[in-house]
Amino acid sequence: MINFVMPDLYPASAEIFMLIMACTVLLVDLFSGGRRWLTYLLTQLTLAGCFAITLFTLDGQVVTTFSNMFIDDLLADFLKLMLYPAVAIALVYSRSYLAARNLDKGEFHLLVLFATLGMMVMISASHFVSLYLGLELLALSMYALVAIDRDSVRATEAAMKYFVLGAMASGMLLYGMSMVYGATGSLELFDIGQRIALGGGNKTVLVFGLVFIVAGIAFKLGVVPFHMWVPDVYHGAPTAVTLLLGSAPKLAAFAFALRILFSGLGELAQHWQLMLMILATLSIALGNLAAIAQTNLKRMLAYSAISHMGFMLLGLLAGVVGGDSRFALNAYSSSMFYVIAYVLMSLGAFGMIMLLSRAGFEAENIEDFKGLNKRSPWFAAIMMILMFSMAGMPFFVGFFAKFAVLQAVVFAGHVWLAVFAVLFSLVGAFYYLRVVKVMYFDAPTDLAPLEAPRDMRILLSINGLAVALLGLLPQGLLEYSIITTYAYLIGG
Amino acid sequence: MTGLPLLSLAIWLPIIGGLLVLATGSDRNAGLARPLALVVAIAGFLVTIPLYIGFNPTTSEMQFAELRPWIPRFNINYFLGVDGISVLFILLNSFITPLVVVAGWKVIEEKVAQYMAAFLIMSGLMNGIFASLDAVLFYVFFEASLIPMYIIIGVWGGPNRVYAAFKFFLYTLLGSLLMLVALIYLFFQSGFSFNLLDWHALPIPLEAQKLLFFAFLAAFAVKVPMWPVHTWLPDAHVEAPTGGSVVLAAIMLKLGAYGFLRFSLPIAPDASRELAWLMIALSLIAVVYIGFVALVQADMKKLIAYSSISHMGFVTLGFFIFNPLGVEGALVQMISHGFVSGAMFLCVGVLYDRVHSRQIADYGGVVHAMPKFTGLAVLFAMANSGLPATSGFVGEFMVILGALKYNFWIGAAAATTLILGAAYTLWMVKRVLFGAVANHHVAELTDINAREFLVLGLLALCVLGMGLYPFPFTEVMHASVDNLLKHVAVSKL
Repeated sequence: MINFVMPDLYPASAEIFMLIMACTVLLVDLFSGGRRWLTYLLTQLTLAGCFAITLFTLDGQVVTTFSNMFIDDLLADFLKLMLYPAVAIALVYSRSYLAARNLDKGEFHLLVLFATLGMMVMISASHFVSLYLGLELLALSMYALVAIDRDSVRATEAAMKYFVLGAMASGMLLYGMSMVYGATGSLELFDIGQRIALGGGNKTVLVFGLVFIVAGIAFKLGVVPFHMWVPDVYHGAPTAVTLLLGSAPKLAAFAFALRILFSGLGELAQHWQLMLMILATLSIALGNLAAIAQTNLKRMLAYSAISHMGFMLLGLLAGVVGGDSRFALNAYSSSMFYVIAYVLMSLGAFGMIMLLSRAGFEAENIEDFKGLNKRSPWFAAIMMILMFSMAGMPFFVGFFAKFAVLQAVVFAGHVWLAVFAVLFSLVGAFYYLRVVKVMYFDAPTDLAPLEAPRDMRILLSINGLAVALLGLLPQGLLEYSIITTYAYLIGG
Repeated sequence: MTGLPLLSLAIWLPIIGGLLVLATGSDRNAGLARPLALVVAIAGFLVTIPLYIGFNPTTSEMQFAELRPWIPRFNINYFLGVDGISVLFILLNSFITPLVVVAGWKVIEEKVAQYMAAFLIMSGLMNGIFASLDAVLFYVFFEASLIPMYIIIGVWGGPNRVYAAFKFFLYTLLGSLLMLVALIYLFFQSGFSFNLLDWHALPIPLEAQKLLFFAFLAAFAVKVPMWPVHTWLPDAHVEAPTGGSVVLAAIMLKLGAYGFLRFSLPIAPDASRELAWLMIALSLIAVVYIGFVALVQADMKKLIAYSSISHMGFVTLGFFIFNPLGVEGALVQMISHGFVSGAMFLCVGVLYDRVHSRQIADYGGVVHAMPKFTGLAVLFAMANSGLPATSGFVGEFMVILGALKYNFWIGAAAATTLILGAAYTLWMVKRVLFGAVANHHVAELTDINAREFLVLGLLALCVLGMGLYPFPFTEVMHASVDNLLKHVAVSKL
């Protein structure tokens, strides 16, 4: 006899709202008769509604529901509150770009909503099954989004590549999860953590599974040597999709990695930290070196994303020293700060590409930024702020992001790792400087006025100024990162 | 004392003023941008005057201190203060800024607002470097000051400006990034403090001190610049516009030397003493070898750039012989070099604006067309070669005396600068200013106008004043230098 218990839906109210609204958008789009602004508006309202729900149901309690598959804690709430604006900003930036290319169909918005739902589930999942579900919901929506411009050969190729490699990574992840399940007999993260702590499970099997899980995560983060898809997909996808792909999912991936590795497999930290160290050093080195050779800005930013994710991993690997997890608060909160800062910068940088693009013209080559200071001093300054911030220069938020992670790394005793990271930041500075160089030192070749709509201009300006302002006064965001990480650590 | 946060004003007034100038926008408003920039620059200088007047020279304590939490997450404070070592540089920097604004008044015709704003912002950032007593605050200003200079060289520079701008930026960034790791290391060693004064009292084992010393060396040696990491400077100087060269030589080079006094010596005194031989050797190479290199330059700006490196070698030499004469002499030399090198670059700028060449060979007999200019230029040249009664003599003499006390041969080697400096400077003067009129370009030269005369004249007054009566300068630094040397003499192991 099956005993059905109605799960507590309250903790997942934002997800449920999102799902209902996604279906509503689908129906409304079907019958709206080509009034595309309606779908756009509904999508934005959905995100705003989710934001309100998450904000008002925020109580600092750790609540699990759906038989412990879903967890609602401060970490989840905070990251979701960052996630919605990131997606909403991406949609504002994309609007005119999509309209000019006739891509602003209902499907686009629908897929974005489903992808967002996937990210929300990833952030709140505390069970292998729900983690996997969230991940796949995000991934499948993204595959379709990359290919949304179906007549573009480049986009189709990128989508195909992304799909094949993504499916393989999912397979690896699942394989790793099954090994862990085999060793511990549980799929639930906290339960797995406890069982391993009590000496349950065969270490060899666990570590074997761990390797596959880490490989799966590494693929989703796009770090070396699982990065091959990143440049091609970033380059091939329509810029609006690249923007979406390169920003918000990093937040979800961070929570995903943290929960699996620390909540579930925290006892194996010495093993996965070593793996992360290899991934991080390779990513920082290769990402920065390969970015130098790029002439396409999207590809350059893709390699830069690889190196940034490597930097983020540096924070994750500094959390446990010799079985002592007192370093975790400092390290993971720094990593979180890094991801949030990166998402903000990445949104701005891809936003700039779309600002300069217009019907029939993609401003995706670095050359296309030539002489921007002549064409629009204001947006040249915004782009300069973004580039210097990505390079980790003060007074921009990128500096404190790097600083936070570096201090965590040194605190954990890896001084030479920090030296390695800063030396490659120097390499990184070169290609960001080159963008500033073409904007400021070169004469413009293209004198067409910028066509972007006003809402995008204002938002992009705010985006750029926020990068500068958070660099002057980073304390608030740092504090939120540390509060949520603390709540997460004592909750687990 | 006044209740005004003077140091904060010295930092933020030019920065905010610079942003205002930037807001005047396109070159149609250049008529507004220029006077506004000048007003901001002068106001920026005026707020620093009370720093000198109100300064108490009898103590080595930090004065005009401001302490507020900035980023409590990492215990980073907005901690400002000056002692006898730093206060003069804030004044020097704020004094040079209006001169640079005036010097670029007519010469810069493109993107005037951006040009002026870049200099004002940089001026504020550099004041921040000299006033910071919190390591991260220092670092943040130190790195941020690269950005405006990168833009200045790259936008208004000469034909090879892109190469020079990149080289300048990446070279200096390399050094400072290593320092960042050292700062973070010290943060944990000192029990979560970025307060420089805490670090000065922190015991550190010798091996760690040596590593820290080298990390600081990487940052500051590039900035000074010391041989063999000096190669960015001639490129940067040659390509930068006149104003950029002036700020680079007069202020930016001092940042590195200042860093030695604020970081290397007090934080790692044992390593400093242990490795003094290395620093002395590098300094002497800079003084002697670079002096010879300067001799053969055909480009006036390059020649002055090499002369700067040679003079800065003198400064680092003065620091690492650990006696009051040496350190004070080096500080005087830094201030004096600020006036003299700034003035020399302005002189080259005056000629370049008229003839559009920096080659020595393109000139000759300038005195016939420009007597007023020649008078001033010869004065600066004399100061550069260390003639008594000019500011250049005071510092060099003190350092040489100090070095002789330390070791006769080191002093003797350092003293060759008096010959070398005179040789390369006066030979250039002879070839450019005197002799027969070389060509019709020179014959058609017009003498300096009132604006140029004002700028050069003010600097000439400083050079002469400091040479005749250096007491107001040395008086201020006395207590702080004594305290520093006492501190360095005590082991921190």
